[in-house]
Amino acid sequence: MWDYTEKVREHFLNPRNVGEIPDADAVGEVGSLACGDALKLYIKLDDNKERIVDAKFQTFGCASAIASSSALTELIKGKTLDEALATTNQEIADFLGGLPEEKMHCSVMGQEALEVAIAKYRGGPVPSHHDHGHEETEGEIVCKCFGLTDTFLRKVIEANKLTTAEQVTHFTKAGGACGGCIPKIKEIISEVLGAKPVEERKKPEKLTNLRKMQLIQEVLEKDVRPMLWADGGDLELVDISGNEVQIAFRKACAGCASSGNTARFVEMKLRELVADDIVVQEVEG
Amino acid sequence: MKEIYMDNNATTKVDEAVFEEMRPYFCELYGNPSSMHFFGGQVQKKVDEARNRVAALMGAAADEIVFTACGTESDNAAIRSALEVYPERRHIITTRVEHPAVLTLCRNLSKRGYRVTELNVDGEGRLDLDELRRAVDEDTAVVSVMWANNETGVVFPIEEVGKIVKEKGKGAFFHTDAVQAVGKIPINMAASTVDMLSISGHKLHAPKGIGVLYVRKGVPFRPFMVGGHQEHNRRAGTENTAAIIALGKACELAGQWMEDENTRVKAMRDRLQASLLELIPRARINGGQAERLPNTLSIAFEFVEGEAILMLLSEKGICASSGSACTSGSLEPSHVLRAMGVPFTCAHGSIRFSLSRFNTDEEIDTVIRELPPIIRRLREMSPFGREFLNA
Repeated sequence: MWDYTEKVREHFLNPRNVGEIPDADAVGEVGSLACGDALKLYIKLDDNKERIVDAKFQTFGCASAIASSSALTELIKGKTLDEALATTNQEIADFLGGLPEEKMHCSVMGQEALEVAIAKYRGGPVPSHHDHGHEETEGEIVCKCFGLTDTFLRKVIEANKLTTAEQVTHFTKAGGACGGCIPKIKEIISEVLGAKPVEERKKPEKLTNLRKMQLIQEVLEKDVRPMLWADGGDLELVDISGNEVQIAFRKACAGCASSGNTARFVEMKLRELVADDIVVQEVEG
Repeated sequence: MKEIYMDNNATTKVDEAVFEEMRPYFCELYGNPSSMHFFGGQVQKKVDEARNRVAALMGAAADEIVFTACGTESDNAAIRSALEVYPERRHIITTRVEHPAVLTLCRNLSKRGYRVTELNVDGEGRLDLDELRRAVDEDTAVVSVMWANNETGVVFPIEEVGKIVKEKGKGAFFHTDAVQAVGKIPINMAASTVDMLSISGHKLHAPKGIGVLYVRKGVPFRPFMVGGHQEHNRRAGTENTAAIIALGKACELAGQWMEDENTRVKAMRDRLQASLLELIPRARINGGQAERLPNTLSIAFEFVEGEAILMLLSEKGICASSGSACTSGSLEPSHVLRAMGVPFTCAHGSIRFSLSRFNTDEEIDTVIRELPPIIRRLREMSPFGREFLNA
């Protein structure tokens, strides 16, 4: 049995602020059924849109996930958005008198939902760490099982001063399923610790036309489409002519208002990994 | 708070009669059965009696019983022995749903050059015998297939498996982890294809720390633990006399209670299952269409997470277990549920109730009363559950 503190138990058995806010100013959603936990956070601001007057949550997950959500809402009520944004996952854990290390990912989930909610409200880029639940993903997916990016892992490693892959699993879940990404996690840790620079995936110096086409296909298959799938979207490669890459959006991406952004994202990826001069064109097809 | 214990596939209460049987062998009759004096000799007699009682429960001969320290040791000893007997063979067959005692060993062996076939199961947890038929070859040293699954209670057709192993394998050994089966369903080694079989004492109301490896007469055996001559050179180490004597008594009682297990206990399980399905929407039975142990119910609830259910049940004194990730410290649902392809919407919300002869109808009533509001409460709290409740 987990050695939960009395406070964790109490917040699990009597969680504060469960529910929805129908006219919420900000909503942040992270996690999924497949991952085993998910949190939807609702925030209501005062009339000046400065201070959080109410916060509610809905959580699918274990006792510590529910307790962490409850703690989060208690911590941010009455704070300005900037003050709330400064809340760390460690503060959530501390509020509960600590969490077993294996359960620290629950506190991280709380902080994540908060960041997402506020970023969405402010209309800036949404700091998406998971490849689901958000419109786009920054960074590269490291943990395929839980869809976690290097950007996200780096941030959690830095904030919590993690030094082992096991800790990273406890705080983020990364590496906790198939374990295939553990070597990569170790690389990221040493990178963060400044121990050794990691070899980056570089675009090749010179390309034959054939190789370029193959590479474009590879990047679309491995780096782009899996991210679109996560949001129920997809794309198809229609044609390649010189530096021009024609794609057609499918499923949720087809007719999506932000498909222009997605096309730019695809272009960015291809420029980063194939060649600087690639132009992506969206075509009907 | 009085506990309602429904986690008997994890461990069981030591039957008080079993405890009384073992009690004198700590402070009074503490002799070593190997000693030449009367004081050890009288313990030897009780150990022999225990061996006979264990053999009787499973239709075996007394000299086919080897006492070990636990089910895991028995599993390890059986598989490693088979590999030593056939040093030139490099193939092991097992299933994806085995207990870690077998699965982890096989996976470790696969890193050391063995070819391991893990047989698949269908959505109900049933074995594909055709897959087994295709897998067994002359390179196969051992086939290890559990008799009954600890998480779902699904019972495998052991004799059909054994027949295939004997027909298709060139003398490949057939081992079964019967830790969950022995004492719950009748088994008869006198008319069986099984070469080696593992038992764990604490699953049938004996104490922890005692196990049995059945080794069929004539089956060559290479011991895992070497040292003294105990257990006819098949398992070195001074006998855990008190626990052996306890296990003998527990096996005798299991034989006497076998009918109760398969009638009254089964009826309680069936009633619990039917009532929960009726009272809780979006619930499904894991392995419900397969042949199952009479005491086990694995039930999955959509949109909620297992650990949270268990903790709320625990508040009511109800002890069950879960196939969910969070309870074990792992991050994925159990390998058994994943092998069965249980939909991810409910894999995290699977709960196992495993009954014993000590459970009562009143306890079943309590669970039927307490569980539905717990599921409702967690669904109201869950973003997915709410969508479903509102729909």
